[in-house]
Amino acid sequence: MKRLMTGMAMVLGALVYAAHGAGPAAAETFITVASTTSTQNSGLYDYILPRFTTKTGITVRVIAVGTGQAVRLAKNGDADVLFVHHKASEEKFVADGFGIRRFDVMVNDFVLLGPESDPAVVGGEEDIAEALSKIAGAKAAFASRGDDSGTHKKELSLWKASGADPKAASGSWYRETGAGMGATLNTASAMNAYVLTDRATWLKFSNKGALKILVEGDKRLFNHYGIILVNPKRHPHVKVKEAQAFIDWVLGAEGQAAIGAYRIEGRQAFFPNAGR
Amino acid sequence: MTDFSDAFGAALGLVLGFDADLAEIVGLSLRVSFLAVAIATAVGLPVGAAIALYRFPGRAALLVAMNALMGLPPVVVGLIVYLTLSRAGPLGVFGLLFTPAAMIFAQMLLVTPIIAALTRQVIEDLWVEYEEQLRSLGAGPGRAVPALLWDGRYSLLTAVLAGFGRASAEVGAVMIVGGNIDHVTRVMTTAIALEVSKGDLALALGLGIVLMALSLGVNGAAFALKEAAERRLG
Amino acid sequence: MILPLTIQDVSFEIGGIRLIKDLNCTLEAGPRTMILGANGAGKSLFLRLCHGLIRPTTGRVLWQGAKGRDPADAQAMVFQRPVMLRRSVAANVDYALKLRGMAAAERRAAVEDALGHTGLRRLADNPARVLSVGEQQKLALARAWALQPEVLFLDEPTASLDPAATHAVEQIINAIDAAGTRIVMTTHDLGQARRRGDEVMFLNRGRLLEKTPAERFFSEPENDLAQAFLKGELLWWQRGRDNLKRKPPKQRRQ
Repeated sequence: MKRLMTGMAMVLGALVYAAHGAGPAAAETFITVASTTSTQNSGLYDYILPRFTTKTGITVRVIAVGTGQAVRLAKNGDADVLFVHHKASEEKFVADGFGIRRFDVMVNDFVLLGPESDPAVVGGEEDIAEALSKIAGAKAAFASRGDDSGTHKKELSLWKASGADPKAASGSWYRETGAGMGATLNTASAMNAYVLTDRATWLKFSNKGALKILVEGDKRLFNHYGIILVNPKRHPHVKVKEAQAFIDWVLGAEGQAAIGAYRIEGRQAFFPNAGR
Repeated sequence: MTDFSDAFGAALGLVLGFDADLAEIVGLSLRVSFLAVAIATAVGLPVGAAIALYRFPGRAALLVAMNALMGLPPVVVGLIVYLTLSRAGPLGVFGLLFTPAAMIFAQMLLVTPIIAALTRQVIEDLWVEYEEQLRSLGAGPGRAVPALLWDGRYSLLTAVLAGFGRASAEVGAVMIVGGNIDHVTRVMTTAIALEVSKGDLALALGLGIVLMALSLGVNGAAFALKEAAERRLG
Repeated sequence: MILPLTIQDVSFEIGGIRLIKDLNCTLEAGPRTMILGANGAGKSLFLRLCHGLIRPTTGRVLWQGAKGRDPADAQAMVFQRPVMLRRSVAANVDYALKLRGMAAAERRAAVEDALGHTGLRRLADNPARVLSVGEQQKLALARAWALQPEVLFLDEPTASLDPAATHAVEQIINAIDAAGTRIVMTTHDLGQARRRGDEVMFLNRGRLLEKTPAERFFSEPENDLAQAFLKGELLWWQRGRDNLKRKPPKQRRQ
């Protein structure tokens, strides 16, 4: 029995050693950026990041999760940079000392999707709060992220502006999926429900079903992105030099141009606004 | 229905086109799961055998717990491993989060109870049959373990394959501790989840078909190996 | 020489029921002992107590000649149903020798030897578990013989075998005996006991009722239960009493 245990222990050691080397070469320089699924799924990163890596040789590893989870990751020091789109959370992040400073990067917008049949008759409505109020009044099906993400928080603030309280109807016409944008869109498409989404994700989405854009353009539908360096005083291991290089590039002429140049289905999805 | 036919088309296209990204993802999936199962086997076999053969206070409770752990939800394991490996956590200083090593570790935690619990059952049943004869030959439980493990090798192989099935099929743990980073920690299951979230259901299903084909391949190879060995050694 | 074996006031109890009761006997070196008795008499238990597979509840099992050596090293046992590992015929014998600490080169020769004596050489590389019961039992004997034990316990070794296999096995046991191993065997087969035994131990309901040389046992058993047993009668009507002298009930005449 003892010999078996010793043998197993040696095999174990060898395997653990092999496991550690099972990833890409340790020599690669990289930073970790905590961002959101909507930004990832829009394809923006696939477009702009290779430009940055070619220029600086630094690889950017994006962890794409919900805004709440991204902020958590950054707070824990599991990322070097936080790049999300919920100003209130970002400002709190900096105020609490987890980040150095928040910078504007770009803007995109949300749109309200709905079924072709449009039971609440909101198509063409210019006031988003008015549209939501109509949906609540008609008790039309509405799919919500329900996951504390940037999109979800935006949605809740718009409901507040409309004066309706959808939470009370959670489970009947107001359906909280507790999932990412893609999953929620899948659900909305299958249920023929209204849903709030960022334009970029929608343009890229392959399962549109019978949904169409019904309301857009309201100023309150604008979505502001902010980038923040994780505070090295809180987390000494943060790769300050490389992370700062990334932030500088994103806010600089090259990064901003790249963001503006990105097209989905021929349309510009993100509008750079650094320094403005 | 169109989604299904699109899916088969997508799967075929990926495989026949030798898509480089797909190859990378498949390679990583196999590496992670194989290593996780190998470590889980190295731990689970002796632990299962020991619990089978020895009596000690609390054995019944340990046995029930081990069986229950076979049903560990992967997402819970992922969460626990994340909290452990996070920079804010106890083992954060090693910087293992969002690496394949973290994924291997998480999957190992999922698979070990399966192998240990099944090993325990196999060895216990074997001991019932062999105990008298082995004791007569001078092998008490301790000395008998290697012989028992070898004799039970076909049943134990099935246990290991069950473990591999669990590892290669789960998405909850590797998503959280790996982060699904392109070219770094993206495996088959997280790639499928990503395509679903993008609404590309046909591609997701296609990847799913590739994954199942992989699993079939592994099990087929194991079966062939077993048949050949059985013919030789009985 | 670990013999003689002395069984001193041995009882064995499970769940409050005594299955072996106050057994006393001594097994000297030399004679082949056959242990007879009805089913449930305790023959198999007795064998296991002697071999050390189970511990007596009271009393002692003493190998008088052991003198500091572990008596288990000089014994071997063959069971009614042979237990083979899932490996080749030769590997099964090899395993037993490996357990005893024999070196590899020595083992090869010993395995060859044992298989040759039992007529299994041509099956050496076959999987052991696909052999017939008779061949597996021969293998069990080969394995035991390779250990060159001083005492060989056999628990109804031919009970599951056809006459041809039984004969072959008995021949092997003879050879083992001739080579110097002390044979202690339980059997159901009165003919076998008569054929092969030098002395007989008769057990009934956990007690040793008679231990005499074989010839005397078969011609004039002292014990009345033994007499009944030899006549082929079932010994059920002694339930509840262990009295040694009760007579059987009068047969009804029709």
